[in-house]
Formats: sequence, structure tokens, C-alpha cells
Amino acid sequence: MGFDSLIGGTIWDEYSNKVTELMNNPKNMGEITEEQAEAMGAKLIVADFGAESCGDAVRLYWAVDPKTDVILESKFKSFGCGTAIASSDTMAELCKGKTVDEAVKITNIDVEKAMRDEPDTPAVPPQKMHCSVMAYDVIKKAAAQYKGVDMESFEEDIIVCECARVSLSTLREVIRLNDLTTVEQITDYTKAGAFCKSCIKPGGHEEKDIYLVDLLEEYEKEKMAAAATIGNENGGAGSFKEMTIVQKIKAVDKVIDENIRQMLIMDGGDMEILDIKENGEHIDIYIRYLGACSGCASSATGTLFAIENILKEKLDPNIRVLPI
Amino acid sequence: MRVYLDNNATTIVDPHVFEEMEPYFVQKYGNPNSLHSFASETHPALKTAMEKIYAGIHAPKEDSVVITSCATESNNWVLKSIYFEQILTGKKNHIVVSEVEHPSVIATAKWIESMGAKVTYLPINHEGIVEPEALRKVITDKTALVSVMWANNETGAIFPVYEIGEICAEFGVPFHTDAVQAIGKVPVDVQALNVDYLTFSAHKFHGPKGVGALYIKKGKELTPCLHGGSQMGGYRSGTLNVPGIVGMGKAMEAAIDALDFEMTEVRELRDMLEDALLEIPDTFVVTPRNKRTPNTILISFRGIEGESMLWDLNRAGIAASTGSACASEDLEANSIMEAIGAAEDLAHTAVRFSLSRYTTEEEIEYTIEVVKKAVERLRGISSSYAYAPEGHESGLDAQH
Repeated sequence: MGFDSLIGGTIWDEYSNKVTELMNNPKNMGEITEEQAEAMGAKLIVADFGAESCGDAVRLYWAVDPKTDVILESKFKSFGCGTAIASSDTMAELCKGKTVDEAVKITNIDVEKAMRDEPDTPAVPPQKMHCSVMAYDVIKKAAAQYKGVDMESFEEDIIVCECARVSLSTLREVIRLNDLTTVEQITDYTKAGAFCKSCIKPGGHEEKDIYLVDLLEEYEKEKMAAAATIGNENGGAGSFKEMTIVQKIKAVDKVIDENIRQMLIMDGGDMEILDIKENGEHIDIYIRYLGACSGCASSATGTLFAIENILKEKLDPNIRVLPI
Repeated sequence: MRVYLDNNATTIVDPHVFEEMEPYFVQKYGNPNSLHSFASETHPALKTAMEKIYAGIHAPKEDSVVITSCATESNNWVLKSIYFEQILTGKKNHIVVSEVEHPSVIATAKWIESMGAKVTYLPINHEGIVEPEALRKVITDKTALVSVMWANNETGAIFPVYEIGEICAEFGVPFHTDAVQAIGKVPVDVQALNVDYLTFSAHKFHGPKGVGALYIKKGKELTPCLHGGSQMGGYRSGTLNVPGIVGMGKAMEAAIDALDFEMTEVRELRDMLEDALLEIPDTFVVTPRNKRTPNTILISFRGIEGESMLWDLNRAGIAASTGSACASEDLEANSIMEAIGAAEDLAHTAVRFSLSRYTTEEEIEYTIEVVKKAVERLRGISSSYAYAPEGHESGLDAQH
């Protein structure tokens, strides 16, 4: 909620000028035929990703020099909206002159950043980020084909979202690359969870081994663990139990400030310490989530565990964190 | 040139309507429920407007037409009132809606479902139309309400509301119809069919935004939608939207006057556009012409994603839509295309053109020219029409 969420605007207003320009006049749109590739002394690679039924499909053409693995020419065709066409065009451009191994390292962020007008302003709104992810996926597919790797084994480990065909590795990578923290963001970036929704969390019409919420929790924990190692020099507070209540609150606040708060604020939330009470062998810290954190699914799971873990580690192993 | 072909989303306010509303902002701004001349000077215009609204749907004086803020409010009101009165009290446990209702019905039905009631979503056939027999199969003595729209916003398909009303009467179940897309496009007479509740909205027929209405048959009164100062007979409290009601009245009168024009002249322009677009290879229109409102075309251009078509149209100044405006930021496929069971690759290709009595022949000629160019350019980019070497296993087929 809030001001920005009240009046929906056209998403087109959020496109960068570069996206608009590429949509109007894509530079690398076209095909490479067997004959053309042969004339260049190159091997033709044609890779597809996506499907019309999902709303986006792209076909990538590479002419690759078999001696050097350099991509001599790169073109695309795309069924999709304006950002899909612009992203595919940018992706094809970025591939040119690179070796296949270098091209595989191009990420969706590289594609998106290349379309920005200003370095800090995203080229497309979040719900169009999946277009750049698709550009990134089709490169992997083309590379697999060039290397003669079995496509299935190269590209797909576990399919988490059956409807949009999004694999576990893609999801893990995209979540980390883009620092995603909500299911809605994952859907915007990959389309996973947009259709039957049974991959979001347990309870849908299909049972899964792993759900989108699990992947978010996994990443959240990873971030917390990373934050904990950075702030380790503050350790050695063995006497936490002996502190006065004011000292305790200050100590807890410091740990939160140094390790947790930044992340909460980045997600539009925050937390406050309400009280600290000794309860038998436990030290119970009562907190309240603020802003976006209140009501966030992971505030009762991933985030909470992370807060508790860092406080246990820094202050006292008997700490329990209780959100109110 | 700018061409507005998104009249199922909203319409231009008829200048005569605007003219009639104008005095009720700065000159005659009294609250009609007060006791002084500022109030009473609004009364004649309100009375005239209400008479025009009643006449527009041929409602008898004993029935109520309650003015709301929009069709979404009217639809929510009917479904939620029925839920509170019939379902929460344990008298009934079931409602029926079509699967292609406007989101204000579908989302409310889903909410009722989440509260524990049973909801049946009637399917549409390959022509995009609900079949009355589908209702007969699911309606029971535990059904609290049937809600099926008069005309569909995306395809313009006209639903068999007369037959559906008959079945409801047979089973003694109240019938609600969302007639938002029907007013001014087909004759709407609440006495010509068995209907208990009927929704409409001024801005779809050249009236102002922010004024909806709900027709309620005598004896089928609902729990008030807004409690308060007992305006609108106590059904919907809140200070009367005087300019809005005046505007709706005038717009209704104008829409009824223009009904013949709509069914002949507007239809002719629509058909001209449709004929020209269907000459483009690989194009598909949902619902036969004679089963549609006269102003609407939902057409698929194979190989062109709907939003990219809108992009090219917009660059040339033409406003169209991929479906309902409410869903324009949505990733999901057009629900109608899914519901009629169109080929999967067409799910994201539908574009809606909706005309009005203000559309001109010149605008249609220009649109035809622009669409043809856009199809050529976008199919040139499209992977659906792209070269693939022999033996290439297309990922487009292989994956899905």
C-alpha cells in the first residue's frame, strides 16, 4: 500500500528510452541461415526458449567460429511484448564477438543494465524483468547446443514451476543476482508462480519437493549468515545475562543495527524491541515488525530465525525472539 | 491522428451530458437532503434524471434503481448482501456465476468461496457464450444467487439472459445480471425478462465516471450497502452525487435515443473494420457477429503478442486493448481465449477494438492501414514466423 500503489499507471511509462527505441527499431532482429553461416565458415546454432502459450518466445541465431568459439554473428526473433523484443535485441548484441564461454556468463542483469538510460534507474518495471531472464536462458540453451551437451542435463535440474518451466537453478540464480525477497518479485522476474500458483507454497493442487517460499527462506538465511560473519568482531558478550535491562536493549539494538536492520529497511520494513524478559533458562526478546515486515510470510520463518540466530551467536545462546 | 477504440473500457462524455451537469458544481451545489433553497433547487434535475434512468431500462416505479459509485460497487453489493442474508445465515450455500464475469463479480465470488460457500463458475462454449443448459445442471434449491452478465466486456458476446432468467424463476433463485456492456448497445428492458438485480455504469455510455447503479426488483430488497444518513431510500447512504446523477440521466436518455444508430451505423463501421482485419492471413475473431454487441471485436493476430500490437497502435495514436483494462498490467493470458479453448499459441494474441457512436469512417480507414503495417512489422520480428534449419527441433513445440 501507500501512495505509489494507489493509482496504477501504464507500465510503458517506466520503460527507458533505450527500451522504447529498441522496440521500435530492433538492431539485431533477423535470421541466420545455414548458407549464411557456411559462407562465414561458421557453425549455425538456433536455440529457442519460451512459448507463445506463455506469452513470450525467443529464437536465437548464432554463427560461431568452430576454431575460436567466437560468436561472429548473433540475431534473434521474438514473440513477445516490447520489453521482450528489446531484451532479446540487447542480448543478441551482447553476444557478438564473445566466445561461447564468455556469452554464457551474460546475466539478465547485464541485459537489463545495458538498456538503462541512467545507471541507477531500471530500464523496465519489475513485472517486465522476466523478459531479460528469458534472454539469459536462451543463451544457455544455445551454448548447450553448441557444446553438444545434452540440453536436458545442461539446462534443467528440477523444474520448480511447471507452468512457466522455470528450473531450480534459474530460480536460485535469479533470486541471488537480483536480491529478490518476495514471491511477487520472483513472479515478475521469472513468471514462476504466475499461473497455477501451486509452486508458491504447500497446499496448491500439486505437491512439490521445493517451493518458491523455501527458496526465499534459503536465500534469506544465506544473507543473514553472511551478515553474521561480517559483524563477528562484536562477539564475546558473554555477560549479556548480567546486563541491566537498558544495557540489554542497547546491546540487542546494536546487533540488530549492524546485522539485520539494513536488510529489513531495504525491503521497506523495520522492527523494534518491545521488551526483554528472563523466562527460566531463556532470555525472551519481544519484538514488533514494522512496515512491510509486518505480515510478510518470512517474518515468522526465515527472517525470524535469522534474527534469533544472530542474537544467539552475538549475545547469549539462550535468547529466544518472539514477534508480537 | 488519435483514434479512440477502447470504448468498452470507458467512453468520452457526451458534451450535452457535460453541459447538463455543469450547473451542479458551482451554482447549484446544495446537499439535496438539506432544508433550504440550495437543496431544493437540485430536486427538479435529480427527479428528471431518475425518471430518465428508470425509463432507460423500463423499470416500473415500484422497483428501485439505487445510484452507486460504480458498477464494481453494485456488483459487490449484490453478491455480498446475498452472502450475508442467505449464506451466512445458513439458508443457502451456493452461488452461480459465469467464468468470464467482470473481476468485480469473479473476485467477490472467490471471496465468498473463501468464506466457505460453494461457487459454480459456468463455462462458455467455443463461441464465448454461456449455455443456459449449463445452469440447469448446477442450480439447486440451495442456490442463493445466479449472476451472469448481459454482454461480455472482452468479446461483446451477448449472453442468453432471457433463458437464464427463466431457469432462475423456475427454481425460485434470484437472478443478477451485470449489464454494463449492454446499455446503449442492445435493448435492455427489465420487464422483458425475469431479472431481480441489474448493474450498469454511466461512463460506459458517454456519462461521467464515478456513477453506477443497481436496479432492484420490488420484494428483492438487499441489506444496505452503506449505512449512514439513509440516502437512496436507506439502501445506500452517502450524500447524493448530484452532478453525477444528472449526468447519468442525460447519458441514459442519449444512449436510448442513439440505440438504433448504434445497432446500424456503429455496427456497419465495426463490420468494415472486422472485414478488413480478417483479410489479413491467420487472424481469428471470437463470437459470431450477430451474437455480439454492435461495437466490439476481439481479434487474434497469430504470432503477435497482444501488448506489442498495442504498442504499435499506440505509436500511431490508436487506443485499443488486450482485454479488460483492469488486467492490463497482468501477465496472464486473456481469460476468454483460455475459456473458449483457443489454440494455445493464440492465448496472448487477442486485441480488442471497441467503437462508439463517435467513431468515424475516416478513423476506421486509418486504423485498418495502421494495423496492416503493424502486422507486417511485428510478424517480421516474430519467432512464430521465423526460419529454422531443417531438423531443428523447435523449442517452441518441444517445451510445451
